[in-house]
Amino acid sequence: MTKNIPALISGSNSFCPGCGHGIIIRLIAEVLDEMGIKQQDAICALAVGCACLLNNTLKVDRLGCPHGRAGAGASGIKRCRPDKLVFTYQGDGDAISIGFSETVYAAQRNEKITAIIVNNGVFGMTGGQASPTTLIGQKTATTVNGRTAEFNGMPVDIMDHLRPVPSAAYLARGSVHDAKSILKTKQYIRRAFETQISGSGYSCVEILSPCPTNWHMDPVTAADRIASEVIAAYPLGEIKTGGAAS
Amino acid sequence: MKQLMKGNNALAEAAVRAGCRLFAGYPITPQSEILEYLSWRLPQAGGEFVQTESELAGINMIIGGAAAGQRVMTSSSGPGFSLKQEGISYLASIELPAVIVDVARFGIGLGDVTVGQGDYFQTTKGGGHGGYFIPVYAPSSIQENADFVVKAFETAEKYRTPVIVLSDASIGQMCGSVELPEQQYPKRDRFDWALGADGDRPPMGRKMTDRMYTDFAYEEYVPHICSRYNEMKENEQLWEEVQAEDAEVLLVSYGISSRICKEAVKIGRSLGLKLGLIRPMTVWPFPVKAFRKYNGKVKGYLAVEMIPIPQMIEDVYLAAHGAAPVYAMPTGREIASSEDIIENVKAILNGTKEVY
Amino acid sequence: MSTILLQPQNCKSCGYCIRACRQNALFFSEETNTNGYHMVDIEKEKCIGCGMCYTVCPDYVFSFGEVG
Repeated sequence: MTKNIPALISGSNSFCPGCGHGIIIRLIAEVLDEMGIKQQDAICALAVGCACLLNNTLKVDRLGCPHGRAGAGASGIKRCRPDKLVFTYQGDGDAISIGFSETVYAAQRNEKITAIIVNNGVFGMTGGQASPTTLIGQKTATTVNGRTAEFNGMPVDIMDHLRPVPSAAYLARGSVHDAKSILKTKQYIRRAFETQISGSGYSCVEILSPCPTNWHMDPVTAADRIASEVIAAYPLGEIKTGGAAS
Repeated sequence: MKQLMKGNNALAEAAVRAGCRLFAGYPITPQSEILEYLSWRLPQAGGEFVQTESELAGINMIIGGAAAGQRVMTSSSGPGFSLKQEGISYLASIELPAVIVDVARFGIGLGDVTVGQGDYFQTTKGGGHGGYFIPVYAPSSIQENADFVVKAFETAEKYRTPVIVLSDASIGQMCGSVELPEQQYPKRDRFDWALGADGDRPPMGRKMTDRMYTDFAYEEYVPHICSRYNEMKENEQLWEEVQAEDAEVLLVSYGISSRICKEAVKIGRSLGLKLGLIRPMTVWPFPVKAFRKYNGKVKGYLAVEMIPIPQMIEDVYLAAHGAAPVYAMPTGREIASSEDIIENVKAILNGTKEVY
Repeated sequence: MSTILLQPQNCKSCGYCIRACRQNALFFSEETNTNGYHMVDIEKEKCIGCGMCYTVCPDYVFSFGEVG
């Protein structure tokens, strides 16, 4: 088990206390390190939103894409540099709201990229508005009485949309609310990267992550909420393995 | 060797020969031949062609390819081009070279698939958000459709800026002879700033994000960006003059309208009218240097544009700098006719045409 | 045996590590770091080097060095 900060981590991050992004970025760095992928051989297409703060922490080449378009940006990079590992780093607002089309079509076109989607159920950077993944009943800045199916529609499970896509070769949903889930999530990231390198198709790892600031909870309570409420709506595990259907 | 080609196809083939590595676009009339041609031709030449799910995906895929330091292009028209504006603003902000083609069609909203020159503002005035300028080439022939796309790639890389080729439906759809450019083979790792390219890196790796607030202190950014724009304005103005030296009235027109103006000059001269033409080949930077030669000498500039409410005339007005009256000749949905141009010129000379 | 090393300056007092530590070796210091957070501190003799704190920490406070 890794117990040392990987070389591709700058040493600190600028996320709020208890935010899961810091863990997820470290997992990416650990996987790159363990796979022997060097700084110049990995390229990250970054979202707009809290995810873009990866810029201060992960030491690989990276592109700040317009809001929601990291799936398209990563596709453009990979098509020009098929020799590099190319991944997106996005929140749920970026990848599943405004970028839903780019996310699903990257899979549909069998782009050999990996999408890493951090799902915390809110628009974090703009102050905690509802996102597509906000749970029924959850209070946010734009669902002040709680999300309802009638007024806001049901939450969007992106895996429901990626699972049927034949060229989606590896799909998994992890979480960073406890050590066991963190270690599993790291495995998922590794398998997703391996899927890309083997050329067998599109890969995506969605990761449930606490947002204590916008959930208005202390970090430990926020992590507990994932275990008690969020996983029920977004079950964890590998959703699709074994490569793209031919 | 000259070949017979459709304007859009000539532009597409020239892009291949310029070493375009990635094209990502979406169908829209009257631009679709570019997409169709590249769908088979670009893969044949070792490039990547993607018909994207939207114009948004097209421009954003181009941002990715540009960040990887490769020659990349997308194309659209009117409503589709509007959708690309956010991405163009990002390209300008990150300072990435890319070529965006607008085969202009007519009208606002959905408009129509027929020719028009209503995209002048949205191409030359930084149609996206935030305040930027980028070079815009305005071809008026099939040959220039080919030549300017190559020039656009070169200018884009010279200044690290997106560049627009503002063609139009007539030039895109007409067939004619064209001398195609030589095939170029740009090296993949030739830019030390590009994502994934060989070379030394800063400790954090290469970062391509909004340079306005990430790579510079704002105080450093302002002179940086101003000097780039000034350099482009100084060095990149392109224009053609037709019998301008002794002209009393100078027509000003680009693209399809300028072709009629050339004919009008010929007819006007045969009638004894001292008529000439300034044809901007770059509409940004606007060729103010041409106007400096004639300000104070001519009796007026007549801006001929295919649009109901004129746009380019505002740049003519600025270029005239108060030293010559400026007159408008917006031709709406119709391509200008030489007869109408001559009538307008006569009206200017006899003082009956209203100054703009 | 590896020895735990702390970068308390990175700590944001989230408390994930304190909960994850089965040895109850971690606690919040009375002192704050320059960012104003009560930083995590350790009773080193309790630590068995399991690395759980490293795993759950979002802020890269913990690492382990070989001693000997």
